[in-house]
Amino acid sequence: MDTYPVQASVTKRYGKTTILDGIELTFQRGEIFGLLGPSGSGKTTLVKLLCGIEEATEGTVQVFNQQMPDLNVMNRMGYMAQADALYVELTAKENLEFFASLSGVKRTERKERIQEVMKLVDLEQHLDKKVETYSGGMKRRLSLAIALLHKPDILLLDEPTVGIDPSLRQRIWDTFEALRMKGVLILVTTHVMDEAERCSRLGLIREGKLIAVGTPDEIKTNTKSTTIEQAFLTYGGVKR
Amino acid sequence: MRVYAVVIRILRQFIHDKRTMALMIVAPILVLTMLSFVFNGEDLKLKIGVVNVPNAVIEKIEGNDVTVTKIEATEDIKGVIKEKDYDAIMDFNNEERKLYLEGSDPSINKAVVERIKGSIGSESAETKMVILYTYGSSDMTTFDYFGPVLVGFFIFFFVFLIAGVSFLRERTQGTLERLLASPIKRWELVTGYVIGFGLFTMLQSAIIALYSIYIIDLKMEGSFFYVLLVTLMLALSALTLGILLSAFAKNELQMIQFIPLVVVPQLFFSGLFNLDTVSDYLSWIGPLTPLYYGADALRDVMIRGQGISEIWADLLVLIGFSFVFIILNVFALKKHRRI
Repeated sequence: MDTYPVQASVTKRYGKTTILDGIELTFQRGEIFGLLGPSGSGKTTLVKLLCGIEEATEGTVQVFNQQMPDLNVMNRMGYMAQADALYVELTAKENLEFFASLSGVKRTERKERIQEVMKLVDLEQHLDKKVETYSGGMKRRLSLAIALLHKPDILLLDEPTVGIDPSLRQRIWDTFEALRMKGVLILVTTHVMDEAERCSRLGLIREGKLIAVGTPDEIKTNTKSTTIEQAFLTYGGVKR
Repeated sequence: MRVYAVVIRILRQFIHDKRTMALMIVAPILVLTMLSFVFNGEDLKLKIGVVNVPNAVIEKIEGNDVTVTKIEATEDIKGVIKEKDYDAIMDFNNEERKLYLEGSDPSINKAVVERIKGSIGSESAETKMVILYTYGSSDMTTFDYFGPVLVGFFIFFFVFLIAGVSFLRERTQGTLERLLASPIKRWELVTGYVIGFGLFTMLQSAIIALYSIYIIDLKMEGSFFYVLLVTLMLALSALTLGILLSAFAKNELQMIQFIPLVVVPQLFFSGLFNLDTVSDYLSWIGPLTPLYYGADALRDVMIRGQGISEIWADLLVLIGFSFVFIILNVFALKKHRRI
């Protein structure tokens, strides 16, 4: 197995607007990589490039030595979009069953997997409810459950914990940690600084440029800050 | 199989969204019923004037819904009809028996002729009656004639709208992107949609056709199976066209804007209005629209009682439309993911 399952070297433009400018990143198995940056900095575009929905204007994304988009590789990835992509007129169970059969979860394992992921996001009680009756946080959790359903090797999560209360957020991060130990690569975008502290490595993006990469400690040391938040502001050119 | 997953999901969405399901079945039925009342009012009150007609004949014609009035012979039949609001005037004054119809309303013409022929059929066996039209002509259509067109049109209309909007919502609610992040192939998604909606459409077509034929009592000469076959093929073309056009709409409202542009004009060229009188500048449009073929095939089956030997060409064209739309759909999705 490759030590760097994901290698990205990308520039993305929409017309004349440059969204991502020469981003070079490699990700390892068994790490949680946190992508930080103000809104509009290009985090979501980067995630979409990595999961193969978007393609780079220049450069490539290689996952498991395959150039993206590649359908076989895509089945080994779990993607959670920033906006909940759910069929609200269906029940949670029907949503899960649909995505499970799309990503080829075996019929015999399906029921068990659905129970597992729903337990993880604390929604087992609400399996047969229609998604339109769900709250924002519940929808977020269901989206996460769907991303985890087929035991992906790579998880791409775009702001997975927005609208989720702190105690459940802790539990979800414990899950990420457990998956990381199993060798899963997890990429999250986040705005929450205590989540950033729990990442193995961080990447700071600003106006489409990667301005810093390193462990949380490295980033703090380099900027002589005591918190990630301060470091972030320092890199952004805002002095406190 | 991923196609199967999409099919099951679509059917489940239908089952949950009872209102949409009802719209697709009840709305066409409602509109067709209303139209049938508008065009085939049951209690027609006929007013017939007679000139020199024997009393025995008058008694036979007269009834609950027919009033017969004796009038004097006149040269100006048209004027009398207009002035006294007669539906028809029977003139036995000369050797040649004549029936002057008011003529502008096909359903009334039909009622008058049926009534009179039914009453005096035996007597006038040797003397043929000449039917004259004051306005209009015997070629005018009736609900029986354009009923099949309307059945086809309403199925086309609602399938187009619902399929287009649901595929559009796939895009706006982000599930299309989520789908394309999974290993589903573009053709699998489109095929899933076609089969899922196709199954529902079969049910819809069957109910609407059964209702039109047995409840509204549309003229039905041919085989019910062929009616189903034609409506299904027509619905498939509506479905694939709806999905295709949804790619060019940003929201539901923009999808609705396609109705006057794409759906309604089809009605004008489907034979609802006499195609021979359509201006040459526009007559080329008809053969480009699916409804043109669907309506033609439906009329062949329902009015003329014809079978597969007459409708196969129409069916083939409809299948061709669907096929082309499906291919274009698979290409349109390329915009969202290259492979």
